[in-house]
Amino acid sequence: MKELSLHMLDIAENSIAAGARNVELIVEEDLVNDRLRLGVIDDGCGMDAEIVAMVENPFFTSRTTRKVGLGIPLLKAAAEACQGSLEIASTPGEGTRIWTEFQRSHIDRMPLGDLAGTMLTLCISFPQAHWMLRYTVGDAVFEFDDQPIKDTLQDVPLTEPSVLAFIRGILEEGISGVRIPETVQLC
Amino acid sequence: MSTVKSLEDLKKIREAALEKRKLKATSGQSQITVAMGTCGIAAGARDTMKAILETIETQNLSGIIVSQTGCIGLCEKEPIVMVTVGEGEKVTYGKVNPDLARRIVNEHVVGGKALKEWTIPA
Repeated sequence: MKELSLHMLDIAENSIAAGARNVELIVEEDLVNDRLRLGVIDDGCGMDAEIVAMVENPFFTSRTTRKVGLGIPLLKAAAEACQGSLEIASTPGEGTRIWTEFQRSHIDRMPLGDLAGTMLTLCISFPQAHWMLRYTVGDAVFEFDDQPIKDTLQDVPLTEPSVLAFIRGILEEGISGVRIPETVQLC
Repeated sequence: MSTVKSLEDLKKIREAALEKRKLKATSGQSQITVAMGTCGIAAGARDTMKAILETIETQNLSGIIVSQTGCIGLCEKEPIVMVTVGEGEKVTYGKVNPDLARRIVNEHVVGGKALKEWTIPA
């Protein structure tokens, strides 16, 4: 994976597999303490302590199509390479919270990447779930909630071209409004 | 852009979409499914998905259902895209980069002709 946004997409898919109805993605860029935190919070079926301990193992998976899981261990390894960590808090029947933390300025920290693309993909692909995003950079916050959009649209699908343009516009404008451009510095 | 104003805009978009639907009787919907397990995402499935959505947006194509599925066990062929046009059979494509995704929408979903050289048995 080349972007943290791709990891978030991957982790959020687990929420859907867990039957979540509400999923919130959180990205916090803490400029004072130089930390970058990613959260995926869902109200899916949750996991007991035994399963939680296993999901960090790359060779654990509940799927049947392939013998390895990989999603969570990949993100955990990426975080640990950047003075960070990955923590899972899960309660069966209530949901799962996965928090990943990085040293924001770490040379090996992947770029956040196309967060708008990740959000758009999730909203379109799983319209049955309620998607939220909270993106914070320092004091600036962008919040997105797809419920008012769906309530307004009623029976018109999200893949209607003009609707796609509308949602993409909100996400791209909102995210670029708070983001500090990531530049490659060659010294 | 304030939220209230943008939802007002969305209402207008909705009305226009419903108006358009009245004019055009739907002749069997098309479905595009992108495989998005960890393997698909790592192979570039999100950019493939984005290219499909962009094509729908720029060419103004209504009545296409876009969804996704997890790993289907052909990780080496990712990104994988499955297409069903109307009552036709499901066609599976492998190694779908954004360029190929745009061609699939234009030539298969709109044009009705599958791109045989890119299909994989699934």
